[in-house]
Amino acid sequence: MQDLLRRYGPTLTGVFVLLTAFWLLALVILPNVSLFEQSFRPYLPFAEIGGEKDVYSLDNYSQFFGDAVDTSMFGIPVWISLHFLAFLDTVFYSVVVTLICFAMAYPLAYYLAKVAKPKSLPMLLLLLFIPLWVSEALRAFAWYIILTFNGPLNQMLVGMGLVERGIRWQQGVVTDFDAIVAVLVYCYVLFMLLPIYTAIQSLDSNQIEAAEDLGAPWWKTHLRVVMPHAKPGIASGCVMVFMLSAGSLLVPSVVGSTSAIWFPQAIYTQFNDAQDWQAGAAYSMIFLLLCIVFVALMMRVFRVKLSDIAK
Amino acid sequence: MSAEIQLDDVCCDFGSFRAVDHVNVTVKAGEFFSFLGPSGCGKTTILRMISGFTDPSSGVIRIGGEDVIGKRPNQRPTALIFQNLALFPLMTVADNIAFGLEMRGVDKKSRRMTADDLLKLVDLPGAGDKMVSQLSGGQKQRVAIARALAVEPQVMLLDEPLSALDLKLRQNMRAELRAIQKRTGVTFIFITHDQGEALAMSDRVGVMSQGRLQQVADPRDIYNNPVNGFVAGFVGENNIFTGTIGAAAGGLASFASPQGTFRARLGAGAVSGAAKLYVRPEHTVLSVTVGAENSVAVTVGDVSFEGAFIAVSGQTEQGTHLTAEIRNDGSATVPAPGTKLYMSFDPSRAAILPDHDGAKVGA
Repeated sequence: MQDLLRRYGPTLTGVFVLLTAFWLLALVILPNVSLFEQSFRPYLPFAEIGGEKDVYSLDNYSQFFGDAVDTSMFGIPVWISLHFLAFLDTVFYSVVVTLICFAMAYPLAYYLAKVAKPKSLPMLLLLLFIPLWVSEALRAFAWYIILTFNGPLNQMLVGMGLVERGIRWQQGVVTDFDAIVAVLVYCYVLFMLLPIYTAIQSLDSNQIEAAEDLGAPWWKTHLRVVMPHAKPGIASGCVMVFMLSAGSLLVPSVVGSTSAIWFPQAIYTQFNDAQDWQAGAAYSMIFLLLCIVFVALMMRVFRVKLSDIAK
Repeated sequence: MSAEIQLDDVCCDFGSFRAVDHVNVTVKAGEFFSFLGPSGCGKTTILRMISGFTDPSSGVIRIGGEDVIGKRPNQRPTALIFQNLALFPLMTVADNIAFGLEMRGVDKKSRRMTADDLLKLVDLPGAGDKMVSQLSGGQKQRVAIARALAVEPQVMLLDEPLSALDLKLRQNMRAELRAIQKRTGVTFIFITHDQGEALAMSDRVGVMSQGRLQQVADPRDIYNNPVNGFVAGFVGENNIFTGTIGAAAGGLASFASPQGTFRARLGAGAVSGAAKLYVRPEHTVLSVTVGAENSVAVTVGDVSFEGAFIAVSGQTEQGTHLTAEIRNDGSATVPAPGTKLYMSFDPSRAAILPDHDGAKVGA
């Protein structure tokens, strides 16, 4: 603060502080507080809002866990509510997306940071970024077309004689969520790539050579030297991909099968179709809270500090 | 536990640039050998070829008689100490030292024991649980040495590891490295651009320039009998006269230059014609009267006090700058600037050498 004052003077410093405060307060904190408050109120006709029925309760929250049905998860029969199941599916498949993104991005990031010639780097990065020039909606629809029954993927596979007849990709082959996972990976893999790339780039190449010189096979060099160094980048990439995937509404709406409910879709249904903003708010709160808990837990397990991610 | 290293007609090209040019040298088992040269002379490339990070374009490298071309660094009995040490900052000192053993599948307990033993060897007992960042420059140096020794290499390769240290520490580490080498008996190959380091530590020195090995000899020989102008000029200070070689007799030859006619030792490469005469500043004598031979009249210019000696620079009538060094032992009088004196030198202390460098030599 003292530093800021000395460098920019009182007027400019005041503007900075006020703008930041406005952004934080009016655009982040207040809407969330309002949502939080809403989540405890009942869904009432307009005339009764503020009336005697408008009292705080946990009904919206119990709705999330209530109405349990006999269903199965990963082939195991369970007795839980459909929304809770949607939540678990969302977290689980977001983890899958995160893992696939990591498996794809890490080798690529290492290649870009340590193997590729500096001369060819701008071209390679450009190639990676071109897909980002198109909006997420268009990319999702492009995948919708690719994956449709009479789409180019099936035509190609049938044409090459690899399969006899087209596969219903969007219904899922392995799970109901195949198409969602594939498209989410496509959309968010770069959010994994860039922080890992930056982290590996800052690793002194001599350390990689030193490890090899001391007898390390390539995979142990990665496990003991490169990955520990890149851990903050890996962590922030994982958090970003996980949160973006779990919070994605567009991708599951476009390519999801009818039997796959992504949790943001459940929230969206409450807000938009049911017009039940109070239940929607409660769902949002649960989602936010549980995702934070999950990320915090994962950070604890992998011993990542919050300051590592902020780097 | 040491191995001989043979470089047999080794070349290394980077595109059209030849970094190492037909180098032939044999480093004996248990020897402390230095490659000395200016930056860009190819000495680091040689080190990287021996350790396996760079492949030679042609030629053969043998370690302990075995051709190692095509073997990865982790398959060679060498350990490299990097210029910036390349310690692993996220591991403790003990984990750093034991890294090589961990890679070889040695169990945790004996790893730790070896690490502790090595820490004692490098005079850092009890530092095993510290993080690398808690160590000073000299301590990091010792950890790097211990980490390299842990894998029991037959050859240690050191890439200017002392260049980041301050003067006093550097001198201590010189002695220490030398002592560790003697204690372990491992072949040390040391890369440096610091002639003092190379001369003080090595059994033998190879002087390099532009990818070529100019001379391989023990430190005394390098300093006293350089084979060409490059070696003479790079190792130590010189007064240089340009001229032509005259009549030769008994290893000495007369040398005609604008500053006068001198007599000096005839170097191996200079047979006749244009050459240069090299005289070390400490091999010159300043006197008021003209000397018996090899005497040049100079006007004293700058006198700089260097501590152990006093450097007196003078100018001849022709405008050539010459330097003499007077030992600061209290016996000599320091001349005042502007004094006219004679600078003389012993014929056996001066060498006539070829004008060019780059002469190929074998070893």
